[in-house]
Amino acid sequence: MNDTLLKLTGLTKAYPGVIANKDVSFAIQRGEIHALLGENGAGKSTLVKTIYGLVKPDSGTLAFDGQDYAPADPRAARATGVAMVFQHFSLFDALTVAENITLGMENPPKLNALAAQVRAVSDEYGLPLDPDRTVGDLSAGERQRVEIIRCLLQDPKLLIMDEPTSVLTPQEVEILFETLRKLRSEGTAILYISHKLEEIRALCDAATILRLGEVVGECTPRETSARDMAEMMVGEVLQVPERAQKPQGDVVLDMTGLSAPAPHQFGTALRDITISVQAGEILGIGGVAGNGQDELVAALSGEMKVRQGMLSLRKEDIGLWPVNLRRARGLLAAPEERMGHAAAPDMSLTENALLTAAARKALERNGFLRWDRARSFANEVIAGFDVRTPGPENTARSLSGGNLQKFVIGREIMQDPDVLVVNQPTWGVDASAAAAIRQALLDLAAKGAAVICISQDLDELMEISDRFCALNEGRLSEPRSAQGLSVEEIGLMLGGAHDMEVAHAHG
Amino acid sequence: MIALEKRPQPSKIWTVATPVLAVVLTMIVGGILFAALGKDPIATISAIFFDPLFSENAWFYRPQLLIKGAPLVLIAIGLSFGFRAGIWNIGAEGQYIIGAICGAAAGLALYPAETRLIFPLMVITGALGGWAWAMIPGILRVRFGTNEILVSLMLVYVAEQLLASMALGLLRNPEGMGFPGSRNLAQWPAAANGEIISGSGMHWGVVAALIAVIFAYVTLSRHIFGYQVRLSGQAPRAARFSGVNPGRLVLICMGISGALAGLAGLFEVAGPAGQISIDFNVGYGFTAIIVAFLGRLNPIGILLAGGVMALTYIGGEIAQLQIGLPAAAIQLLQGMLLFFLLAVDVLTNYRVRFGREEIA
Repeated sequence: MNDTLLKLTGLTKAYPGVIANKDVSFAIQRGEIHALLGENGAGKSTLVKTIYGLVKPDSGTLAFDGQDYAPADPRAARATGVAMVFQHFSLFDALTVAENITLGMENPPKLNALAAQVRAVSDEYGLPLDPDRTVGDLSAGERQRVEIIRCLLQDPKLLIMDEPTSVLTPQEVEILFETLRKLRSEGTAILYISHKLEEIRALCDAATILRLGEVVGECTPRETSARDMAEMMVGEVLQVPERAQKPQGDVVLDMTGLSAPAPHQFGTALRDITISVQAGEILGIGGVAGNGQDELVAALSGEMKVRQGMLSLRKEDIGLWPVNLRRARGLLAAPEERMGHAAAPDMSLTENALLTAAARKALERNGFLRWDRARSFANEVIAGFDVRTPGPENTARSLSGGNLQKFVIGREIMQDPDVLVVNQPTWGVDASAAAAIRQALLDLAAKGAAVICISQDLDELMEISDRFCALNEGRLSEPRSAQGLSVEEIGLMLGGAHDMEVAHAHG
Repeated sequence: MIALEKRPQPSKIWTVATPVLAVVLTMIVGGILFAALGKDPIATISAIFFDPLFSENAWFYRPQLLIKGAPLVLIAIGLSFGFRAGIWNIGAEGQYIIGAICGAAAGLALYPAETRLIFPLMVITGALGGWAWAMIPGILRVRFGTNEILVSLMLVYVAEQLLASMALGLLRNPEGMGFPGSRNLAQWPAAANGEIISGSGMHWGVVAALIAVIFAYVTLSRHIFGYQVRLSGQAPRAARFSGVNPGRLVLICMGISGALAGLAGLFEVAGPAGQISIDFNVGYGFTAIIVAFLGRLNPIGILLAGGVMALTYIGGEIAQLQIGLPAAAIQLLQGMLLFFLLAVDVLTNYRVRFGREEIA
């Protein structure tokens, strides 16, 4: 089928200091899954917001179904037949699924009638969801289904999905893809934004690639290799991380029955985690966010103390040691949240270098700070990890997410840790920066450090880890050698799809 | 359409310019207010802001500036540590009173001995008194998670009752014919906080305030403790990750502000005030909060802001005497200063853009 649903012509949108979209033109066909590819800052979100009526273009036109289309706001976009599932959900935890869906509707039907509709749609598209459950009890995948069903109830002609799989287990991804394929077969067009190239190859019919706000290429994903697409996105030849063969070293870090209560109401308790980490290995820990990742990092970094006998570094019991003593002995960590946890947003990079490196890099003497040394250490990190910034006097807030992540990871790696714990090291980081960070982790392990890499990105873990285990509701699975591990096996380790049985009950 | 746009980093120029702009705006709006009261606005503003420094009677007012400014700067410097770390000691007024009571009591216990050690002893007990009073909200927050704003503020009223009780009871002058109030410390050379240079207004409190400014400047810019204070205020989670113990920081910051407020109280009671009396405290502890923010929590800024605030006190008295301005109008002017400062503060972090409407 070859009739155009949405046509974009010469869209340009400038913000002060940046051109977000420059003369962007492409078309989406009816019944097509169209991928929009690009690094962070390539202008994908501005473009999508333009289509959804959240941003007005400076110039250029849109045509929907052959008609001029210039939505004043999202309501107008929805009325035309455009629906969007955002990366961040807008749901109220305390309300039920049906109540949440009502809130987004202009003329909501009675709750009972709506619940019936929700059941009907969820059966039809194979999206198991009980309308009477409270959203607070749902997994990330189920929450996403609420958003998708909310969109489907509007019977959209074009469905926009922003990074939909970042929170899903492999099995949940399969369920989602089945739904999207069914929608396609009914003639719905889908604009699919992702940076996971293998997914795009599996799912999408066409792809438009953006770089620095401009369309730099189009391709048919099935016929293009992931590597070629990545290089189009980045505009340069990609370095694939190289793994050196290395001998197994001594055990440096031991967790023995590591347990800790949830630190706050929405936290996760750690339950009986037992594992030894050897020098020179990368231990990959997978899992969907909120299964104890933050708590495990806090227990290792020292922000959360654990009882004696649960955690030891080179046979020394460190469960009660404060943060900086652990650092001094070589156990370093880089938490997930960059702004406000790993770095102070309004402080300069020099000051942020001091945040963790004061002791190991001798940036203080008798309590007095040595600003010259701090500045030169910040400069070393900036140079060593290709952090794009005019200089170390700039605030952390002024850096893009990927650049700040390179700075944060670089700051720990350049302190020569014996054990490095990283949480989501490449989350929200563009492809070339992600490759650089993974390479740096591999190099660090090759030099004999033990690396614990906690990540939701399974491709990343398969690429760099020696052993893999999964964190699920605060429990750590048995570690398996990462080589030869299949996606299905990993999915089962992660706890599989949540509530598959509901699908059968209604199916 | 006017739009505010967040700056990528706080503007260095506006950080310095906003307090000046706030003072200028206060002068303008204050002038309009005085005109509405039927006073000549130019004469009134110049009486408040210029006469204390440049009039023919300035020789009399300039020492007064130091006397008023020193306690404000001393207290504000102490508060600035906590305020930067997000620890809100609002009860400096109470710590000031307790410092004065403890210091005076330590001296009076030795009356009428004549030794050079009495004044230093009073200084130490004064600081300890303020410190101890500040430790109450500090420890309650660390142990039980109480709100230090409420506890420290309520302790001001407790301190005021204690002051009245001391002036009427334990510390009352036995030779004072039954009048409330202690012996006059300023008239007892061993305990007096006299002028170091006669006629200059320069007493030991002024010296202490200057030392505190230098100490705070060095600590905040060069010492790891100052870094931890700033880090805790800006990003508490990052501070814990960096190894800061939040409870200890609360106690240290409360302790510093309490001790400096106590010192200010002691220097006041042994010098300008002279004695413990029911109406000994005049609100320095509260005004110092304005001074701390007017000075952008920066030691040098606080020094200048303390001067400006002292100016409005002295100038306000001149305007009351010479022009007949009501006292409430001066308080309004001081409040206005904080109001404008907070209002123009937005320019530090945001850029104002004039242009067409945009949906971002």
